[in-house]
Amino acid sequence: MNTQTSLNFRTNAAAAIKDSSLRKAMRNATETFGSKRTVAMASIDFEVLREKASAIRMEVINNLPAYIEKFTSNATAAGAIVHRAVDAKSANQIIAGILKDHDVKMVAKGKSMVSEETHLNAHLEEEGFEVVETDLGEYIIQLEGETPSHIIVPAIHKNRQQIGKLFHERLGMEYSEDPQALTKFARKVLREKFLTADAGISGANFAIAESGSLVLFTNEGNGRMVTSVPPLHIAILSVEKILPSLDELPTFMRLLPRSATGQMLTSYVSILTGNRKEGDVTGAQELHVVLLDNGRLEILKGDCREILKCIRCGACMNVCPVYRTVGGHSYGWTYPGPMGIILTTLLTGMANSYSLVDASTLCGACNDACPVKVPLKEMILKQRVRRVKEGYSSTAVSLGMGLFGMAIKHPLMFSTGETLASKFWSVMRTVGGENVAGRLPSPAKIPFSRRMS
Amino acid sequence: MYVQLFGTCLVDSFFPEVGEATVQIFNKFGVDFTFPKEQTCCGQPAFNAGYLSESRDAAEHFINTFSGTDMIVTPSGSCAAMVKHHYPELFQDNPQMLEAARKVGERVYELSQFLVNVLYVHEAALTGSGSVTYHSSCHLTRTLGAVQEPQLLISAIKGMEFRPMPDATRCCGFGGVFMAKLPEISMAIADDKAESIIATGADIVTGCDCGCLMNISDALKKRGSAVKVKHIAELVAEAL
Repeated sequence: MNTQTSLNFRTNAAAAIKDSSLRKAMRNATETFGSKRTVAMASIDFEVLREKASAIRMEVINNLPAYIEKFTSNATAAGAIVHRAVDAKSANQIIAGILKDHDVKMVAKGKSMVSEETHLNAHLEEEGFEVVETDLGEYIIQLEGETPSHIIVPAIHKNRQQIGKLFHERLGMEYSEDPQALTKFARKVLREKFLTADAGISGANFAIAESGSLVLFTNEGNGRMVTSVPPLHIAILSVEKILPSLDELPTFMRLLPRSATGQMLTSYVSILTGNRKEGDVTGAQELHVVLLDNGRLEILKGDCREILKCIRCGACMNVCPVYRTVGGHSYGWTYPGPMGIILTTLLTGMANSYSLVDASTLCGACNDACPVKVPLKEMILKQRVRRVKEGYSSTAVSLGMGLFGMAIKHPLMFSTGETLASKFWSVMRTVGGENVAGRLPSPAKIPFSRRMS
Repeated sequence: MYVQLFGTCLVDSFFPEVGEATVQIFNKFGVDFTFPKEQTCCGQPAFNAGYLSESRDAAEHFINTFSGTDMIVTPSGSCAAMVKHHYPELFQDNPQMLEAARKVGERVYELSQFLVNVLYVHEAALTGSGSVTYHSSCHLTRTLGAVQEPQLLISAIKGMEFRPMPDATRCCGFGGVFMAKLPEISMAIADDKAESIIATGADIVTGCDCGCLMNISDALKKRGSAVKVKHIAELVAEAL
């Protein structure tokens, strides 16, 4: 079981910065996404589309309980069995229960960040089930015993040499760093798993209220395999992932792949409505949908409800100067980058995550990239205000801010402060070391204000 | 033309030469200006750290200090953005202060915006030599929308070659309190920026915010680079 390390953000990040292969991998990946995204965006009017997408998501968020009911009743009518899980533990128990009822031994799993949030794999393994991740990136990090460092590209932090070594050591493949050879090998291993798995578990990008359908955007085909080959399919998704009807889907088909990987469209877009009926050629015989709350309905009540618009594209992390420098693991919980800072502090509580609210330069690149116009920068600022209110700001900072607040109203005190800082600069520089004082130039002998008087 | 000059704390303590360059440009173009004595800080450090009450104190002091109807000019994109865009957010529950905050915000000009949109300095005879690249600071670009103005000024300097850097709008890692709280990350981001700057082969890097330029200057120094760091005020003042 993973334990949250968000409070160690600074030490996590400092270690990541020293890892030159990590930094190189992050830079290559985020730059590639950036340039592909620019090309893909040229064929749509991003501003118009994201305004529309934002309004659709906001309509769902503003009426979320009603949409959850509508989805539940229509999915049930289509033949799915819908479960509501209040928290991670209850979601894991529901899923383990279904698997037990069906005497399942082995599960083939498609990519799902929500299952990462609940630590589903660890729970199922404890219960004695074999769980195999089938998304290539997820498969790689499962072999390595890691967690995803990006919500779309879970193994973004790894280079081909590391993966070649991993496949050689863990799967007995002859060492290769050729991506095609590595993929081909993984495909062979996984194909066997798809055919012998007793159950498939997947996530979902969207749930359609009007038709009770689930929508999955995938590139590798594993999503289709896990949702249709095994006789039992369980989908786990969080409650806010709803769209009103299929009419709204095209807007997101244009925005999600472009924002996520810079593709015009993913290789597959699967729309699954209910279980396999007589005469159907594909689909699982039994379909369960687990809707996870885990704190989302609480977010709905507060002033950061707009974060629930998020469609998990990862665009905000790809453009974030902090994320691209320190990688996803530094954030210490499931979701990294700007959206991760907000979700982590809201879902896990300030006491477990207050260090994360510093992990932004407030540059605003995330706001520009977000396809559903989540005001990420403003929400990070709100989390900083919340940290102060809830008493998790350090005493030194609070004292400093108190003095600053006084000095700011008293020009004499302000300039005295400046003079003192200037006098003791060399001391501060020694004490500060590589910190601020060590990086600022020496103060001017005569401040500008005195030159003006 | 009457102008109130807001120096900002970084200029006051660390970069008085940027303030003096601003004054030099004002004098050259006949700008009648005052320097309100009571000025301190716009309050950004408190605002960005989540200390709203201290931010309100700063905003109130600024509004009282910069009274009247003159334009307020400041050689800093982020301080201008603070006053123009964030002061009103601080007084959502106080209609009287909200109105005052909006009014003061309307009078604020970041230096390059003032030089281009009010004084038309980019149409004046400016001369220089060598080559320059430009870092497009985040709050200047994204919050204030001053995308063209600094580049118009740079391009107007005859004899000086403008060499744009790749990803000019990518953050330099300064971020105010960010630099103090997460120095390792701040330095790593700044080092990436330094790499982009050096790759242009320019003699000078310029920008409109002392915070960013300070961070960039430190990163360039660590790489042993000879690229000079100049605020846009200095660049223009030297070209007069």
